[in-house]
This record gives sequence, structure tokens and C-alpha cells, in this order.
Amino acid sequence: MVPFNEKTAQHDEELIKKLNKIALSLRRDSLIMTTKAGSGHPGGSLSCADILAALYFHHMRHDPQNPNWAERDRFILSKGHACPALYAALARAGYFPRDELWTLRKTGSILQGHPDMTKTPGVDASTGTLGQGLSIGIGMALAFKLDEKKSRVYVLLGDGELNEGQVWEAAMSATHYRIDNLTAIVDLNGHQLSGCTDKIMKIEPVVNKWLAFGWHVIEIDGHQMKQILNSLDEAEKVKFKPTVIVAHTTKGKGVSFIEKLFAEGNCKFHGTPLNESELAQALEELHD
Amino acid sequence: MTEHFAALRDAYGEALVELGQKNKNVVVLDADLSPSTKTNMFAEKFPDRFFDVGIAEANLISIAAGLASAGKIAFASTFSVFGVEKGLNQFKQSVAYPKLNVKLVTTHGGISVGEDGSSHFCVEDIAVMRALPNVTVVLPADAIETKVATNSIAEYEGPVFMRLSRPKTPLVYEEGYRYAGVNLDFELGKSVKLKEGNDVTIVATGLMVTEALQAASDLNREGIDAGVINVHTIKPIDEDAILKAARKTGAMVTAEEHNIIGGLGGAVAEVLTENEPVPMIRVGIKDNYCESGPWKELFAKYGLTSANIVNAVKDVLKKVK
Repeated sequence: MVPFNEKTAQHDEELIKKLNKIALSLRRDSLIMTTKAGSGHPGGSLSCADILAALYFHHMRHDPQNPNWAERDRFILSKGHACPALYAALARAGYFPRDELWTLRKTGSILQGHPDMTKTPGVDASTGTLGQGLSIGIGMALAFKLDEKKSRVYVLLGDGELNEGQVWEAAMSATHYRIDNLTAIVDLNGHQLSGCTDKIMKIEPVVNKWLAFGWHVIEIDGHQMKQILNSLDEAEKVKFKPTVIVAHTTKGKGVSFIEKLFAEGNCKFHGTPLNESELAQALEELHD
Repeated sequence: MTEHFAALRDAYGEALVELGQKNKNVVVLDADLSPSTKTNMFAEKFPDRFFDVGIAEANLISIAAGLASAGKIAFASTFSVFGVEKGLNQFKQSVAYPKLNVKLVTTHGGISVGEDGSSHFCVEDIAVMRALPNVTVVLPADAIETKVATNSIAEYEGPVFMRLSRPKTPLVYEEGYRYAGVNLDFELGKSVKLKEGNDVTIVATGLMVTEALQAASDLNREGIDAGVINVHTIKPIDEDAILKAARKTGAMVTAEEHNIIGGLGGAVAEVLTENEPVPMIRVGIKDNYCESGPWKELFAKYGLTSANIVNAVKDVLKKVK
């Protein structure tokens, strides 16, 4: 395990400020679109918004004007239910107009309830049934090695998702194949659909598990933009083994009453959208 | 006439090697069964393009999906029971739904696995795979058809399930995919008419094609003129050929090494009932689990022989008004 070291920080304040501002906008859009849809997953979208902002607006090589650019980096939202945050990021990056966000989960929309690579420009893998994203990412990483491409693969997993056995099949094989062009990120927000992760299925010690599987592990605060950026940079320097960033996050991050409910063990906002008045209150808190 | 025998899985291994030589985008994956599935032949020639994921079928299918999404033609192999059933949700979500170029080729379908017994049999794989949108389902009848089918599914862009078998079985075709001296073209979605008949049509797939031909020859001696069609592609099924035969002969028997529910019999029944209802009987596993034993004995015990087809033909002809 490599703990975060402030001394390696190299990203200037302006960048951090810009990305934090974008993350706020992803949070706002995630909440607006789930409320408009009348369903969806606000909690886990809020916890990963900073990570998505760092990836899509600074770290990853991609081209919204050319979504199928063969040399692009790939992003797989293995915790597919957090797609409101991904869709918000893709819209803001320019893959499709922001107005599309308000069609989420509606008949005929390009924005499905869970990510669909055949319908949404910029979505690199169809996910939603948990546990498969890391394996898919390994397949992509192997292909890039064969083709001597520089593309990297980023896979965002939920902590509840770590219950799935396939995640550990994948974790084992990534080190076996000495994959170093893939970075996994665990959004460790401590909650899953029906309760706290330690109550539903104890997954700790998470860091030790990844270490035991031979991964390079970086533990960060998943809401500190500098830490996110530095860990992504560090992962690229690790050779002959995969890196996982274990990001400690807060489910519902940025909205006090959602954070409070989760902290009390109430997971209502895992899969329930805010009503209109809750949304108004939340947007006020998320103002930049 | 001397009968020649060959295993479908051996032909698959050889075909993969040829494909690997022709196309560097062909990659092969296995789940610790490569000496049995014969993907080890590819592994020896092209170690860089071969991935043994260990005993982890979910991972097998999803890694294949990732390779395919990055431009590879990914052949993933294991036994039917493991590949289809332990990797089913992965195949549906990460392969079939996004229409990725993954070929799931399982080498130990049906009950001809033999001595390993019921835990290793798969008599429901066709039904399961046939129900998934976007998936083409292929069952070659012998080693020669396996070779052309492997090439054909490699050329086709999209998800394919191809089911092969373990034992050495009689060749239906002649070298170079010929039948009765005639050159054939293997076309996905088309069937092969092996014998014209006027009284009844036997529609067979996989190893049951041999049994169907034997049955037709036995029936001929009793004065019953049976046609035989090899349906190597169960989905999309060759509706035209089935309807044409139904209109001509007015009676059908299906024969498959699979549960009589949802496989070839189901597919043919769907075509007939909606278009040309004629009396029909399904020969196959009668919705039960089987047991260990030499595969020929199991075929006899569980109703998968030419004699069972002959009886089914006689029964179906009684239903013709």
C-alpha cells in the first residue's frame, strides 16, 4: 500500500478549482436528472462525482468529437447504477447535448437506466449487472498490449460490488497477466442497497484484499481532487502489475441531509430520487 | 463403405490454428480445459494470443467481451455446462446485449460427454442460448462441418454460440465439405438437405444427423421414404427449408442431443405451428437428468438412436390424416 503523500502534489490550484467546480455540476445534474426521471441512484452518483471529474476533464485521453477514436483511453463504470454522474460528465464533455440528460430512463432515450454502449456516445462498456466491469477492462487492456496501443483502461467499482465473486476472479487474473495499463478505482462509500457494507457483507480489510491479490494499492480521500489526480498519475508509473485506487468516499457527498441519512445507516437515497423540495434544498447546497 | 471417425473438438482446434495464421486479430480464451477443448493447439502456435483464465467462467466471458470491444475476434471455449451456465449473465450482458464479436464455442455439449456424468452434461444449452437476442446458435454434425463452421463464424461479426461434442463420431460429410460427391457451401442460417423424401422429414442437428441418416436408410427398407435435413444453425433457423419440407411430406420428426424442451424441436415447432401445422414428434432427452456411462450406451438408454427415430417416424405417420 502506498499512502497519499502531499509532497508529490503537483497539480496547480487553478486546475483543482476548475475540477471541483465541474464535480459540483455533475452532482447537480445527477440529482436533477434522477428527480426528473422519477427513479435512479443519487447516492452513489454523488460519491463518485469527483473521480469522474478528474478522469473526464483532466486525466483521460478522449475526444468527444470522435467517441470511437481507437487510441482513446477507456472508462468502464462497473457500478453501472451510478450512470447519472457518468452521463452528466459525458454531456458536459460534449458527447451529447445537456438537454439529453432530462430524458434519462424515458422510452426512446439514449440514456438507459444503466450504461448501454450501443445507445450512448462515450460509453465504453454496457454494465449494470455488477461484477463484470473489471473483467471487461482486463480484456481491453490485453488487446491494447497485443496491438501495442498506449490506451489505458479505467474501471470504477462500487464497494458493495466487491461482494461479487467475479471481481476477485478478475483481480487474480490482472496480476497473472501483469497488466499495468489498467487502473481500478473502488468508490468506498460504505453503503450498498439495503444497508452499510459492514452490516450486509463485511468486505474489510479492502486494502489487504487487493494487496493479497498482488495489486499496487493507493489509498486516498476520494473527494480530495489533488489526491485523486496524484493517484491516477502514480498508477501510470507502476509497471508489470495493476493498480487499484481505494477511494474513501461519502455516499451522498455534498448534500447534508443525504449524507446524514447514510451516516445513520438509512440507505433510502441509494436508489430513490429526491422529491422537488428536497432537490431544491440540495441544489442550494451544491451551488458553486 | 468404411466409416471414418473424427472428433468435432479436434477439428475445432485445427480450424483455430488456421484462423490464427490467417488473421492476427483472432484471440482464444479457455478456462483450464484447453487439452480437452483443443484450444491448446492454438495456444502452442500463438501463445501471445491465448489466454487461459483458470477455472473462472464468468471472468472468461467478460474478458472475451473486452477483447472483442477492442477489435479482436474472441473465441472462448470450455464445456457447455460451464461456459453457458456459469457465464450466462456475463454472456448476455457483456456480449449479446452490446452485440460484441465473441464466439462461445463449447466442446462437451449434450450427454455424449459420457462417463463424467450429469454434472458435466448440458442438455439445455441450445434452449438457453436460443432465447438470447442477437445470438446465433450453431451445431455442426461432424468434424468436417465443424471446420467450415468455425471459419464461417469467424467471418460473421457478432455473438455466436457453437456447441461441439467430445467423442470421435462418424463423418457425415466428405473431405472439403462434400456430400454424395457434391460440393456444399456452409451458410449460417441455412440448413443442408441430405436426403429428399416424400413421406416424412427428419430434421436433425449435431450428432443426431448420423442417427437420422441411418433411420432414413432403415425406413427405406420398410417402404417409408424419409427426407433428412441437417439444421446446423438453430438460430436463425432456416424457416423456408422447414416449411418447404413440411408442405412436401406433411409430417416431421426432430432429433437432437438436447432436452426436447426449447431446442431444435422447440424451434421447428414454432415455425410449423405459426405457418404450416403438420404432425410432428420430437426425439431427444425427455426432460430428465442422465447418468454416467459410455456415450453410445447412454444414447441407447435415453432415446437418441436411429431406432428411436424410426419409431417416432412410424408414430408420426399414424397421426397424418
